[in-house]
Formats: sequence, C-alpha cells, structure tokens
Amino acid sequence: MPDRPTTPATPERRKPVLQREGWGITGTNPLALLAKIIGLGLVLAIAVALAGPLLADGRWVLFGVLVASTLLVLAVYVQPYRIPPKYLLPGLAFLLVFQVVPVLLTITTAFTNFGDGHRGPKEDAIVSIESSSVQRTADSIDYVLTVAAKGPTPDGKLVFLLTDPATRQVQIGTADGLTPAPDAQVGTTGKVTELPGYTVLDIGQASARAKDIENLSVPTARGAIRASGVSRAYEGSKTRSYAPQCDCITDKATGQTWTADPKTGYFVSSTGDRLPQGWRVNVGLGNFQRLFADPVLGKHFTGMIIWNFVFALAVVFGTFAVGLLIALALNNPLVRGLKFYRVLIVLPYAMPSFAMLLVWRDMFNQDFGLVNQLLGTDLNWFGDATLAKLAVITIQFWLGYPYMFLVTTGALQSIPSDLTEAAAVDGASRWLAFRTVTLPLLLVSTAPLLIASFSFNFNNYNAIGLTTEGGPFPPDSPTAGGTDLLISYTYRLAFGAGGAQYGFAAAVSLVIFLIVATVSVIGFRRTAVLEEIN
Amino acid sequence: MKKIHVLVGLAVGSMVLSACGTGGGGNTAASPTTAASTAAVPSGGKLLIWADEKKAEAVKPVAEQFGKENGVTIEVQAVTKDLQSQFVTASQAGNAPDVLIGAHDWIGNLAQNGAIDPVQLSNTSAFDPSTIKAVTYNGQVYGTPYSRENLVLFRNTALAPNAPTSVEDMVSNGKSLKSSGKTTEIMAQQVGQNGDVYHMQPLLTAGGGGIFATDAQGQADPKKVIIDSPESIAAMTKIQKLGEKGDGALKRSIDDKNAISTFTSGKTAYLVSGPWAIADIKKAGIKYDISAIPTFQGGKPAQPFIGVNAFYVASKGKNKVVANEFVSNYASTDAVQTAMFNGEPRPPAQTAVLTKVSATDPDIQKILDAGKDGAPMPSIPEMGKVFDPVGKAQANIVGGADVASTLKSAADAVRQAIG
Repeated sequence: MPDRPTTPATPERRKPVLQREGWGITGTNPLALLAKIIGLGLVLAIAVALAGPLLADGRWVLFGVLVASTLLVLAVYVQPYRIPPKYLLPGLAFLLVFQVVPVLLTITTAFTNFGDGHRGPKEDAIVSIESSSVQRTADSIDYVLTVAAKGPTPDGKLVFLLTDPATRQVQIGTADGLTPAPDAQVGTTGKVTELPGYTVLDIGQASARAKDIENLSVPTARGAIRASGVSRAYEGSKTRSYAPQCDCITDKATGQTWTADPKTGYFVSSTGDRLPQGWRVNVGLGNFQRLFADPVLGKHFTGMIIWNFVFALAVVFGTFAVGLLIALALNNPLVRGLKFYRVLIVLPYAMPSFAMLLVWRDMFNQDFGLVNQLLGTDLNWFGDATLAKLAVITIQFWLGYPYMFLVTTGALQSIPSDLTEAAAVDGASRWLAFRTVTLPLLLVSTAPLLIASFSFNFNNYNAIGLTTEGGPFPPDSPTAGGTDLLISYTYRLAFGAGGAQYGFAAAVSLVIFLIVATVSVIGFRRTAVLEEIN
Repeated sequence: MKKIHVLVGLAVGSMVLSACGTGGGGNTAASPTTAASTAAVPSGGKLLIWADEKKAEAVKPVAEQFGKENGVTIEVQAVTKDLQSQFVTASQAGNAPDVLIGAHDWIGNLAQNGAIDPVQLSNTSAFDPSTIKAVTYNGQVYGTPYSRENLVLFRNTALAPNAPTSVEDMVSNGKSLKSSGKTTEIMAQQVGQNGDVYHMQPLLTAGGGGIFATDAQGQADPKKVIIDSPESIAAMTKIQKLGEKGDGALKRSIDDKNAISTFTSGKTAYLVSGPWAIADIKKAGIKYDISAIPTFQGGKPAQPFIGVNAFYVASKGKNKVVANEFVSNYASTDAVQTAMFNGEPRPPAQTAVLTKVSATDPDIQKILDAGKDGAPMPSIPEMGKVFDPVGKAQANIVGGADVASTLKSAADAVRQAIG
C-alpha cells in the first residue's frame, strides 16, 4: 500500500492562483470562444423560450428556478477564470436532477396517501363531486343549442340560444334566465342561423370560449339549463354541494351529508359510506405501519426475505461460478475457435431478456412446455413452490452467466501471467495457484460488480414478474406466493389490479433501499479488505 | 480544452432543460407540451383523442370527418400499453387528452380520480339497455357506449356438430373425443397458474356463485363480498370436479397464451373465449359455431361478464366543450358506431346498427345471444381488488385445493384490500 502523504502540522494555505482562460482579446482560441458563445447563447435561448409558458401559466416557483439556474450558468461560464465550478457544475446539476430530486420526491411521497382516488388537492375532489352530481330533470327536453355572443363581435357576452325541437320556438338563455326571441331565424336542424343583435358563434369560436360555455347555467324554475357540447342543452340541477361551514358535502335530494375526514382524505357519511373522489393528505407513518402490520406480510415476511436473499445470492454466485469456469476454460490460447465460442456464450446476454423470460416461462409449462418434453417428466413446474424456485433460478443462471463470463474474461486477461508462472515455479499446484493468486486478484476487480449484481437481483422484478408472477400461491395465502421477492410482492400490493398507491409504494421502496444499502455497505467493507492484496 | 468547451455548452443546455423539466414534481413535465399546443391552436381548436391501437385506427376517419365539419384539428393518439393508468396520470399532470375511448369497467377508477365527466345522452333509447347500464356509475351516465362483448362457447363443428346442452354434456363429449384420439384436451378455457376471474365467471354463476352481491340499484356492492358464500363454495366445488383432480377439463397449464391456439390447432373441440378469437379461428380455417356457455345440469344460467366499450369526456381536457360535442352528440351517430364496428367487429351498442351489421356478419347476433344472461362487469373501483386474490384461489381450486378454506382466504384478502 502506498504511503499516504501526511497532513503538515501547519497547513500551508495556498491562495489558489486563478488561471485566465482568455476572454476574447489575447491568447484565446477563437474556436473555443465561438463554442462558448454558441453554448451560452443556446442556454439563454432555451431559458427565454421556457420562461414564456411558465409565466403564462403562473408557475412562479419554476420560473424562479429557471432564472436562478440560468443566472448561475452565466455567472460561472461567462467569467474568464478557470474556476472549479466550471467543471463541477454539469455533474452537480445531473446529480441534483436525476438523483436528489427523485429521492426527495420518493421520501415526501412515502408519508402521503398519494394514489388512485387521492391524486389531487381537496378542491379538485370537491369540483369533481359537484360537477358529477348534475341530475337531469326527469322530463327535461333536449334543446337544440346555438352558442351566440351579444353584440356584433364574437367576444361579446355569451348567451345560449335554445330551440325547442318540437315547437321550434327560440329562447335566449343568460345567467339571469330565459327570454323569448321571436325574430330568430331557425335552420333545418333547429340551429339558430341569425338573430338581430347577436353574433352566432361557429364551433371554433365557441371552443375558444369553452370556459364561458361551461360556466353558464341558465336558471329555470326547476334547476338550470346547461350545455352538453355546443349543439345541445338540457335542464338539470346539481344535487350535491360543498359547504365550507361544516366542511361537508350535502345531497339536496336525499339530505344526506358526507363530512371531510382529513386523516383519510375522503368525505365520509355518518354510516361510514364514503364518496369515491378523495384527495391527497399526509398520513404520517401510516404507510410504514400498513407495511409492517400487513398480516400476510407478517406471516410470510421471514420466508420471503430468506428466499429473497437465497435467490439473489444463488444467482450472483451461481452465475459467477459458471461464468468464471467458462472464462477460465476459454482463457487458454490453445483452445481452437476461441472467438466463435465466446460469441456463442455471449448470445443469451445479447437477446432481449424480456422476450427470453417469456420464452422460458412457456418452456416450463406442464403440458405444452419444452422442459417436460425433453426430460420426459410431467412436473407442474410453476405449480410447486420448490420446483418454481428452481425454475426461476435456472432461468436467471441462463440469463446471467454471459455477463459474468464477460467480466471475468476481462479481469483474467488483466492478471499478469508472470504471477501464476512464479507460483508454478515455486511449486504451487494449479489449484493452489488459482486459489491464492488468480482468484484474489480477480475478486479485487469483480467484487464491486458482484455487489452491484446482488442489489440488482435482490430487486429483480422481471425475473419473477414475467415468469411465475410470484406464484405458486398456497391456497391459504392468495397474495404472497412461493417465488415472491419483496419487490414483486409489494409491487402487486401497491400497483396490483387494485389501482396505483404511490404513497405506499414509495414507503416500500424506502424500506427495500435500506435493506439493499445495508448489504452493499457490508459488502464494500469486505472488498476493502481485498484491496490490501494489491 | 476545445472539446471541453463544447461538452460544457451541451451539458449546460441540457441541464437547464432537465432542471425545468423535473424541478418541481409531476405537474411541470406539462409545460413544454402546453406551450406547443397553445401555440398551435387554430380557430377551431384541437381535439386530442386517446385510444388503444385498433380503436384509434377505427375512430380516425370519422373523427377527421367531425373535424372537417366543425373546423377542429383532430389528433388521434394510439396508446398501446396501460391506457387507463396513463390517462389518469396524464390527467393529473395536466396533459390529458380531450376524449378517451376504453372499457366501461374503468369508469369507477376514472371517476374517483376525477378524470372523466358524466355525459348527457339524448338518445339513450337507441342503445341496448345493458350497455347504458354498464356505463352508469353512481347514477350517472359516464360515456357513450358503442360496443359490447362477452364470452361465448366456440365449438369445432367438425368434431362437435351440436351445441352442448350442459357442462356435463360438453365434458363427456370432450372426453370421448379425447379417448378416441381426435383431440388432446377436453376443452380450452384459460386458467393459468394464477387464475382468470373473467373467464371463470360463467361457470361460477352457472353453479350459483358470485363475487359481489348487488345493491338496490343493481350495482355491485363492495361491502357485500360473496366470494366465500355457501353458494359460491358449492359452485367452486362443482368447478373443482372439472379440474385437474377430476375430469381434467379445466387445467392450469391452459392459459391466456395457449387457449386459443389449442382450439385453432384442432387439439380441442370447445373453446371459452370472446369475439377477439374469431380472427384467429377463421385464419386457421376451423369450421366453428358460436353458442352460449352451457350451465351445469340443474344449474343456473351461466352469466358471462359483459364488457362495453365507450367514449369518455376527460375532465381535465383542454377543449371540453368540443369534446362534449364529440362524445355526447357525435359519437352516438350511426356513422361513428358503424365505423367502430368495422374496426373491431363486436356486437354494436345501438340496436339499429346491430340490425344493419347482423345482415352481413351472422356471428354478431350469436355472440349477443350467448350473452343474453350476462351482467355488466362491475365498474366499481373495488372490482380491481378482486382479480388477483380470487383468480389465484380459483386456480388453486382447479388444482385440487380445499374449496371452502381457499375461498375464505381469498375473500378475506379482498375484504382487507377494500378496507
């Protein structure tokens, strides 16, 4: 191990000497300058282009972020000195955008009930409840609707011209009510073609005023007339409305009320009925509680986590062993057709694993699968927990060994042959030389890859999701299956057919992250020991 | 240094882009798209329609006709995967299309997320009542239906000339065909290792079982789970007798991937499937006929789930007025309904269109007849929590597991998930 420079007793703080890169006048590479100008120009152009829509939508926070980041970029790159941020900024930005932000979002989401039925704020839920409670009056006629604007231009006050299809009488509907319009010209479809003092809007003009059309309801004795599209209107009334005093929704027709429950994000009636539209609330540790209090997970957690480790470890070490063995065999220059074999062996790695997993799944079919036909057996591979476990590990072996083969081939070729030769000269057997010289040197470069492979396989959703889907499921537990990994079980829990539960999923991924992080830290500590060999 | 400068320029540019793209969470991804669409709005506005591939292809010409007549720019986007969840996510992010075309059993979830609005149809009487019932949720009509589909029994008329009178009749005929070496399977109904609630429903109801009891309005009641009721246990016991430890008519090795091909390759005389199988069967040149799925001797009528396809108005669409015009007024016209039929031949939702297309396609009326006892698949969001545990329980029962305790575990899992 090389000696580390020790810190001097009196640290000599050198003032950093800023090196001028040159800015235009002397000693500047004109191409570099041009690139700089174009680059910064692009940044500015993009920033200006983005600023418009952000301002128009009133997204002030984002606008602030945009201005700040643009100014930062300019401040760092416009100045002529070679300062460290010039090299660090891109990396830091990517770190922030692709690592820190998603992690923060995951952590914050883990404490909410964000998911189907609880996606938006409470206001959205109220709007949705009210607007989907419009009941058509039982004997409402279907008016033929013509959207018009008062005055000579299409941007005048919006009115509905309502034609009774039976009598062809036209009425003008405004927010104040109905007034007859005897001098309206009515076309064959019942649409008003002309009315003095009003401008009839075509669908394009009407669509430009969509908000006005949606918001206009013409009061009548029994409710209000609303538009359904731009050619039809009907009479109906909103039966449910929100009252802020009681923080509740009341149904006018039945008198039933649903009170907001800020804990669950639902409007709940006194009998426990809830309205389907909910909103997003903070649930504190609720998601974690649910995970750890889940009776199925409680019963199967130990088994599942053991299997999860067995699966990941078996796949990592199995594929490593197979890959290394083949790599060793093919590392001998005496082998003929070396390249041909290598291509052949890498083949499974080159195929899309999605397709291969599905092909393997079909090969394990009891009645129609290749495996049973070749072996002459009649095993229900995916119907028995042990066989299914064997099957998924086999499939992963096949998919994974080429990678290990590639990695170890590379590592083997970088081990100087004089080391093994020296061992041979010293009288070491081949096996001893391999065990004491080659393998430790190999592990130095491959151990981090093994740890990465472990964390990948610990969360290898595809390996399960595309083959057994977690099955077989014992009759007494239809939710936790024989080959379920934590990730595949919780994926179904959070995103199964029961709808997406992002808050819960985020909580689960935090827990899995902790497990994998712990294992990786331990693993890296162990590899640090290997480094000593060098 | 030169290279570094260029790289830095590029990196900085993309950094600013990505910083703005992801800076503040979900809603921000919308901004570039919003900018593009507001900039491109011509006088008539734009109508964006989302559907799966086949439906998008079918709706395109008629939608463009609507666009031409009304001066609206039409854009039809085919969303090939997870249309429902993509739509909900897009709605929440402010990128929702204006119109969605999809299955009626999505309605509960779409409504609870405030993603679709109720529509006011003028000509409900033109539709088959079952299709209107299917698109009704909490007393509101949420879409304009255009087709319905249900499971039927296909039989290979070269092997089985007559429609079976009962499940027992079908199984005994299938068995004798198998023992004479003409086929290798008694029947093909997809079960798979994890079960298939949709395909099991006819036999479950034939035996008297069910999933949810219905409330006063005929809507499935999520508080009344009857998965482990005595009737359901009796029904699944009958189904178990057809299973791997019994007749061997139902088996887990037959799944969604191989059920239809087992029939089209002549390995079995009977197939439980829907209208989507017809194209494959015709291509294989199998002589077939369609009949209702039979019931057990002395059983109740087999009630396949009825699935309805419909047009919906997105709550968060940018051009809701035109979307409403398209969905509630234009989509119910004969032209659109016929176009959708031509895209995917299924029994049309409108009786007049049905009469018209039945003249050229005899299968359509047979599919409809086969589904006459059917009930719309519940569209309540809780239905989504049923498929997984109940399917697995049914697969286990087909494999020979104890009926009562298996159903009890599944029912408990469903009750717990509903909460």
